[in-house]
Amino acid sequence: MTFRLSAAAIDSASLRKELGDTRAGACVIFEGWVRASNDGREVRALEYEAYAPLAEKEGARILAEAKARFAILDALCVHRTGPLALGELAVWVGVTAEHRGIAFEACRHLIDELKARLPVWKKEHYAQGPTAWINAQTQPSISPRNQPVIH
Amino acid sequence: MTKTVNVRYFAALREQRGLAQERLATAADDAAGLYAELRGRHGFTLTAERLRVAVNDEFAPWSTPVRDGDTLVFLPPVAGG
Repeated sequence: MTFRLSAAAIDSASLRKELGDTRAGACVIFEGWVRASNDGREVRALEYEAYAPLAEKEGARILAEAKARFAILDALCVHRTGPLALGELAVWVGVTAEHRGIAFEACRHLIDELKARLPVWKKEHYAQGPTAWINAQTQPSISPRNQPVIH
Repeated sequence: MTKTVNVRYFAALREQRGLAQERLATAADDAAGLYAELRGRHGFTLTAERLRVAVNDEFAPWSTPVRDGDTLVFLPPVAGG
């Protein structure tokens, strides 16, 4: 169970190898890609900024919670930092389990929790107009149950 | 009593402050008091209700007392993934 931040490009093939396990009958991988539009605006590039010491702790906690909740064999999550071009991998989540159902569920759970809880910020650069820091709490894809827990 | 603390800034707060971290003296009793003081001084647009707090690299309540040598971070709404 590993979470890490990466300033370098994410290599999906090598991460997949890290999860290799002959006990596993399923490996579900989610790749978050940088897309060319958001909320109707043309995006040219973006950058991620992370509060690394706390992001690493929170990422590890999210993985430990998933391990306790789902019968998974392993999970690996990597989140990019720094400037990213369109089409680049922003986040990578891989989960192995004996069977596909658990692997799908756990992978979905992990990406939702990571998006809602990691102290990571995204700034979008647009074709026109000033850059903007994106506020996940205004994005419709984040449901209320995924709002950050107030400790 | 005056304490010396470190404050780190990220994302919108870093840009509004114009730096990523600073060491400063404060008489604030708790994290809420320190943010109010800094917001008054630098005109941060984010209200405390929209932020979370971390003290010494761990999430903490706004009521956490400010102690000499602490590192505080006021976290804007996150947007990973």
